Amino acid sequence: MPIVEVMDDADAVFKALADRTRRALLDALAERDGQTLFELCARMASTHGLTSSRQAISQHLDVLEGAALVHRRREGRYTFHDLDTTPLTPLRERWRRPDERTPR
Amino acid sequence: MRITLTSVLVDDQAKALDFYTRVLGFEKKYEVPMGEYAWLTVVSPDAPDGVELVLEPDQHPAARSFKAALAADGIPFTAFTVDDVEAEQARLSAAGVVFTQPPTTMGPVTTAVFDDTCGNLIQIQSPAPA
Repeated sequence: MPIVEVMDDADAVFKALADRTRRALLDALAERDGQTLFELCARMASTHGLTSSRQAISQHLDVLEGAALVHRRREGRYTFHDLDTTPLTPLRERWRRPDERTPR
Repeated sequence: MRITLTSVLVDDQAKALDFYTRVLGFEKKYEVPMGEYAWLTVVSPDAPDGVELVLEPDQHPAARSFKAALAADGIPFTAFTVDDVEAEQARLSAAGVVFTQPPTTMGPVTTAVFDDTCGNLIQIQSPAPA
């Protein structure tokens, strides 16, 4: 029987994190929310030594947005990108032993 | 051959002249009426005989879509050099100028990006503090 690939939320997050450029984009957004595509491209080139094209960076942001790790926010004529670490919480909790679990 | 002019595409020359002089602090050098529009240039008071910035009408439809596409991705097509990006950003913000990027050091330069109210993003830059 063929394996049917259905991406769940965890798949989307792991896929998004399994790339050096996408992790660097999260690093950049962790420094400050509300960055334009231009600023993120400039940071990738100047401080992360990554020379991806603007189009490639934009596609990486699509993947991060698909995993809800990044949100695009339109303000007037401009689009800003914000980091959201909420999808990382289930990953942190998932493999904790019973005695390590955060009390609820 | 020498480079003495550079241009910025503006949606309204009168509004642009006001912003580039009163807000940014440049000075008008030439205003020559040419029918519907004018040949309109400004210079830095620090270099009145230096490069002139032409406030060029963006009436061609392609110019407007070009500007809109750049702005959507936050791209400044034009950049000016300042002594201190932080100080300039503080001064311009106090004057109501909107920044899409606050002062940020990237390698050898510190940059910031603001909206010129005429459809453009402008970068200001200075050497990063040592």
